[in-house]
Amino acid sequence: MRNIVAVAGVVIKELYRRKDFYVLFIVTVLICLVMASVNIFNDDKIVRYLKELCLLLVWISSLVIAITTTARQIPAERENRTLLPLLAKPLSRLQLVLGKFFGCWFACGLTLLCFYVFFGALSASREHHWPLMNYFQAATLHWFALGIIVAMALLGSLVFAAPSSNSTICFVVVGGILLVGRHLDKVALPLPEPVRSVLLAVYYAIPHLEFFDARDLIIHNWPLIHWRYFMLAIVYAVAYAAVFLTGASLVFRRQAVN
Amino acid sequence: MAQILKTDNLRVEYRSREMRNATKLALRGLNLEVHAGEVFGFLGPNGAGKTTTMNVLLGFVQPTSGTASLFGIDVRQPIARQRIGYLPELTYYYKFLTAEELLRYYATIFGLSRSEMDQRIDRLLKLVELEHARKRPIRSYSKGMQQRVGLAQALINNPDLLILDEPTSGLDPVGRMKVREIIQRLKHEGKTVFFSSHELGEVETVCDRVAIIHQGELKVVGRVDEIKKARHANLEQAFLEIIGFQPETAS
Repeated sequence: MRNIVAVAGVVIKELYRRKDFYVLFIVTVLICLVMASVNIFNDDKIVRYLKELCLLLVWISSLVIAITTTARQIPAERENRTLLPLLAKPLSRLQLVLGKFFGCWFACGLTLLCFYVFFGALSASREHHWPLMNYFQAATLHWFALGIIVAMALLGSLVFAAPSSNSTICFVVVGGILLVGRHLDKVALPLPEPVRSVLLAVYYAIPHLEFFDARDLIIHNWPLIHWRYFMLAIVYAVAYAAVFLTGASLVFRRQAVN
Repeated sequence: MAQILKTDNLRVEYRSREMRNATKLALRGLNLEVHAGEVFGFLGPNGAGKTTTMNVLLGFVQPTSGTASLFGIDVRQPIARQRIGYLPELTYYYKFLTAEELLRYYATIFGLSRSEMDQRIDRLLKLVELEHARKRPIRSYSKGMQQRVGLAQALINNPDLLILDEPTSGLDPVGRMKVREIIQRLKHEGKTVFFSSHELGEVETVCDRVAIIHQGELKVVGRVDEIKKARHANLEQAFLEIIGFQPETAS
């Protein structure tokens, strides 16, 4: 546990000492503030559009931070050769993978906290109420979705040679899952065999990240998600992250480090 | 004398990148023993298998056959690395960390207590003359300073065995002398040092015994003076003779 915490600590330090997060945060803040300062068509419900756009930016920024931060972790250690003195210490490869995962995931959690606090302040300034539990559910589900994505990117960083190719593949896969993943079963039903079975297998195999997209909960001030379903989603995320991390650990164990 | 490092019939095959299904033999049944308290030089031309041997000893590469152990523990066990320090050749440490943070990170992995950690970091930064730069990010360090940070991290756990892969490569004469002094000091403290180098003068000065490896095969192991005496030559001439180097004669 001590080793995992030590590795994770360095990942978190890296995130707050690099400029990526600050750039994305400032860009999101500026876009949202500009949008909040205008009232297009004098629409009373314009705040909903503002919230929707602001949350979309938060999701995009968090995906960029999660994927790019994770994808470069182990390849950068290889390239700079810091992997050698690190693994020459009593640190197992599993501990390194877990340390990198928790580091990236907690770093994503910290960035989400900043984004959601800003978003909450912005929407409270317009709506004059702050539904804390809704924010808690939406942010927590968002964070656990990032956990799956971080674990997936970590596995990708051990399979694909370059961080850039891994990042691109992760963005395509995550974007594909979020946009069309939920419709795959409906698309599959009218198709002939074996395409139908293949599509259905893909539908059941992919992590359904849309389960974690609770933006509507805070945009439309919907009632809270039942805690049973909320917990089920958390367990689902933990299971998928565990599958990806097991894969990453098995791949890394067989790789030569030289 | 207690055996610290041992390889037994170590064989490593790599799959060739150029030709599919072809294999390249990096080590051919290497048998090596290093005893407690000795400074052991591991010599060989480029591509001889020195770094591969170190990679096996550190668990980075799995041998195709044979075994390797440190302090009697199989090198595949992470605990075998508890009492060793390792300095790789040309490493670019985390640019966003300071030297102090880097040493603290590695010390945590060794499970050092807070007070022990503070004490050791102070002592090591003084030893490698980086006290003045301890709070500066490593990105601002020169190459020599980075190599000295590397040496400090290799010593953070007060290791009984130090494995150094070309420790003086890229250092200026002062830096080289400093590294030599540190190796001598460790020798007087009774530590075991296993290092590879191309600087034969340096090897002659600090090593008790040397091994010469060529094309993955161990050619000679013995005391420096014995090797020189047997060939009536200095270490460089003996080395060239052992690896079968034929100098071109002027026409």
